[in-house]
Amino acid sequence: MDILSLLPPWLLTHGVALLVVLPLLAGAAMAVIPRERIAWTITFMVMLICMLCALTLALQVIDQGRLSYKMGGWEPPYGIEYVVDALSAPVLLLISAMAVICLFYASPSVKAEVEPKKRAAFYGAFLICAAGLLGMVVTGDAFNVFVFLEVSSISTYVLVAMGHSRDRRALRAAYDYLILGSIGATFFVIGIGFLYMETGTLNMADMSNILDGLDGGSRVAQVGFAFIVIGLGLKLAMFPLHMWLPGAYAHAPSFVTIFLASTATKAALYLLLRFAFTIFDLSFDYVVTILSQFVLVLAVVGMVFASIQAIFQTDVRRVLAFSSIAQVGYILLGLSFLTLSGLTASYVHLINHAFIKGGLFLAVGAMWYRFGITRVADFRGLSKTMPWTMSAFTISGLSLIGVPLTAGFVSKLQLATAAWERGYGWAVGVILFSSILALVYIGRILRVAYFETPPQINGVEVLKNEAPLIMLIPMWILAILSIVIGINAGWVVDAAGRAAELLIPTQMIGRGL
Amino acid sequence: MVSPEISLALLLLIPLAASGLTGLCGQRPNLREAITFIASFALLAIVIHLIGFVAAGQRPELYLGSFAGDFEFKLILEPLGAVFAAIASSLWILNSLFTMGYMRGNNEKNQTRFFLFVAIAIAAVMGIAASGNLITLFIFYEVLTLSTLPLVAHKGDAKARKGGTIYGLILMGTSLAFLLPAVIGTHVIAGTTDFQVGGVFPSGTSLLTTSILLFLFAFGIGKAALMPVHPWLPNAMVAPTPVSALLHAVAVVKAGVFTMIKVVTLIFGPSLAAATPMSTVLSWVAAISIVVASLIALRQDNLKARLAYSTVSQLAYVTLGAMLAAPAAIIGGALQIVMHAWGKITLFMCAGAIYTVTHRTNISQLDGLGRSMPWVFGAFLIGALSIIGAPPLGGSWPKYFLMVGALDSGKAILIAALIVSSILNVIYLIPVAARGFLKPPADPDIDAKITAQKGAYKWVIIPPVLTAFGAFILFFFSGPIIDFLMPILPDGAF
Repeated sequence: MDILSLLPPWLLTHGVALLVVLPLLAGAAMAVIPRERIAWTITFMVMLICMLCALTLALQVIDQGRLSYKMGGWEPPYGIEYVVDALSAPVLLLISAMAVICLFYASPSVKAEVEPKKRAAFYGAFLICAAGLLGMVVTGDAFNVFVFLEVSSISTYVLVAMGHSRDRRALRAAYDYLILGSIGATFFVIGIGFLYMETGTLNMADMSNILDGLDGGSRVAQVGFAFIVIGLGLKLAMFPLHMWLPGAYAHAPSFVTIFLASTATKAALYLLLRFAFTIFDLSFDYVVTILSQFVLVLAVVGMVFASIQAIFQTDVRRVLAFSSIAQVGYILLGLSFLTLSGLTASYVHLINHAFIKGGLFLAVGAMWYRFGITRVADFRGLSKTMPWTMSAFTISGLSLIGVPLTAGFVSKLQLATAAWERGYGWAVGVILFSSILALVYIGRILRVAYFETPPQINGVEVLKNEAPLIMLIPMWILAILSIVIGINAGWVVDAAGRAAELLIPTQMIGRGL
Repeated sequence: MVSPEISLALLLLIPLAASGLTGLCGQRPNLREAITFIASFALLAIVIHLIGFVAAGQRPELYLGSFAGDFEFKLILEPLGAVFAAIASSLWILNSLFTMGYMRGNNEKNQTRFFLFVAIAIAAVMGIAASGNLITLFIFYEVLTLSTLPLVAHKGDAKARKGGTIYGLILMGTSLAFLLPAVIGTHVIAGTTDFQVGGVFPSGTSLLTTSILLFLFAFGIGKAALMPVHPWLPNAMVAPTPVSALLHAVAVVKAGVFTMIKVVTLIFGPSLAAATPMSTVLSWVAAISIVVASLIALRQDNLKARLAYSTVSQLAYVTLGAMLAAPAAIIGGALQIVMHAWGKITLFMCAGAIYTVTHRTNISQLDGLGRSMPWVFGAFLIGALSIIGAPPLGGSWPKYFLMVGALDSGKAILIAALIVSSILNVIYLIPVAARGFLKPPADPDIDAKITAQKGAYKWVIIPPVLTAFGAFILFFFSGPIIDFLMPILPDGAF
């Protein structure tokens, strides 16, 4: 790669570590920074550097394959190893790029929604959350995963609670999330404990080798796997472990919702893929059983029930939150096929859904910023009062439904094809049924926004009041991205294909069936 | 000259550019309409240019992108698509003329938005006509639904919203629930969704599988309005008449039946389609649609509603042709697309002209109006005769070939449906013109006033006269059209 030779060598060698260390340190430094403006600038610069690191890593991975970085120079498996490969590089890029895109939006949005004295601390918590998410993805050490999971979770509880100056229910939502998130983390760490007991190592690659040698290991490893799936299931909002999600998404500050919706569940999904397919693998019967039966059923039930619940919500943010749970179902469904095409579809949707849901929440946040509305009924006439925001919402919304020429269509097409190839004709039906439900819950919002007249206040019709440009830019970036992927998805599908090949090695294809 | 690839790209770009420029010139109606006209003539020129290539045996091809290794987004123009593109682009010109007269004559609001979405819909139609595979076709099919939705709900009142909702739900719902699975199934079973002469399914594909797929296609292509997925069509009549004329008599519905024929001939192949048991069932469904929709049309007093049900019935002719799957029947179906387009757009434009000049919508109000508006009623009569299938009008050929096709495929009994329908057509279409010419006016004073002021509305009166003339001329051009279409059949002849 030519671009790589232009970059300074320290960035190439230490980029992996910078990705985590930089936001973590900057996050700590925020504690003593009094000014919001400075805090925002530092946060933005840090995330920009992270994005650059993630980009160079992605290019290096395409070029050289797996990258390994020894923390503090300790050789694995004794020291902590950071690993970037085709599976993690896109997720790293996704997280850091979404952070940068959201940060543009943050400056007006955070001013409107967070108390002045807490704003610097807010950015601090955000940086730590981002560091945690990036760390979860980049680390090659199983216990380190737990540490970063907790780093990101605890800072997320804080971020969600910061929404209380906008809506008191944010405190309740944060508390719910705290309890459930901690239970999830506990399950996860117990699972890691069992694995350590079985293998005597914490390095993921090492663990995988030892488990392979044990031919899947004893019942200890099996129980460990179950604990890990449930722990991660909570974090990624697998139905019915999703109870924390609607509240957290609906009451957190807009900026937090956007960032969480497009990254947090994605990082957890990445971990599920990492644990289920590379540490454990499909040559173990219990992995196949849990994924192809247990997860499959939950995915299907989640897709349908969460979509139905979304239809009956009155608050747009809750509609989108339930839709997120349904979309997690899609991703899990593709995963549960245990085929190359299924995992590719899953991974494509993981990326696409981040853009789509990010775009939708960005638009909804802008609507709150201008008019203080989140209820579906209050969307009356928004196509006239906020035409640009509403157009971006429409594009992302159509993408969520899976209308052709949008990213959502690409995901659903891939997923449906994978289902058919797997011999699950009924799953094609479920996917399309769920899409029709999405048509209903998004269509309901669009109908109010386009077909009804703007509300009147004291007999005067509400005037046009478009969102500021700095809010419009991020949502249009994502909306246009959605269309670009809809027309030519080659690059996303290729990236997903490379990730999927890593998960199912060639000799394993067909073993799970 | 312009290369085939660039011409194909222009097929999409011209209407899209027209749409964008229309949006920019919203404040200046004359410039806005000028753009529409320039674009529509340019589009027709490009289509004719492309037809030259297709007639010479070439298949212009343009690759646009991919959704993965095996799902490609590409355009290939073959004879059937070229014919469809030619109908849509030529009628776009006449309809634009009519639209201008109608929208200004009725002082409709949001005219810019209207022209903008019509142009996008035309782009989608061109995309459907030139699709190189099923997935590309599906994409443009959905774009067409979405771009016409704002047109159906144009008035924005409660009735328009209800019509728009039904329109969107049925068309999106059927395409997502049936058409998309059928496309994916084809992709998985045949390994490709490219259109190929003679079909794509490997020999030995079980007839149960093809039956299921054919069923999914027949009802997934909701735009073909096969009963019972037809209710969107009458409901779409809340749209302004130019939309009903161009889209719901020509572009949208023809996109549906065009897809139906294309799937049967170029995905299944006539011999496999004929061997599939489901095709017999579906040809009966089509025959029942033909008769039942005609019976419903008989009971409508609202002129547009009557024409809408007549359209449902006439569309089923094409579906019948496709499902009979005999070469003559397929050619008959393809001809029906052409002939019905010119006939039905004439009828709708006449209805629109009557509404613009007199604000009458019901057939019972038309007594004696033919004396005040002889050209409009004359055009209506010719259009009606073409729909009925009376020679020497274009509409007679498809009926003939369909009957031959029904005989060839051993389903001669279905000829009865065609005959009954033609009789019903006479009963429900001719009286409209007959009332206008033969009955005395209910109130001669008002009619005299109409005669005096109709000069102001010449742009709604000229287009239907032109299309009626077209319906007549086409009678003599069926031979070249049939020769042009022959390559879509595997044997290249009957």
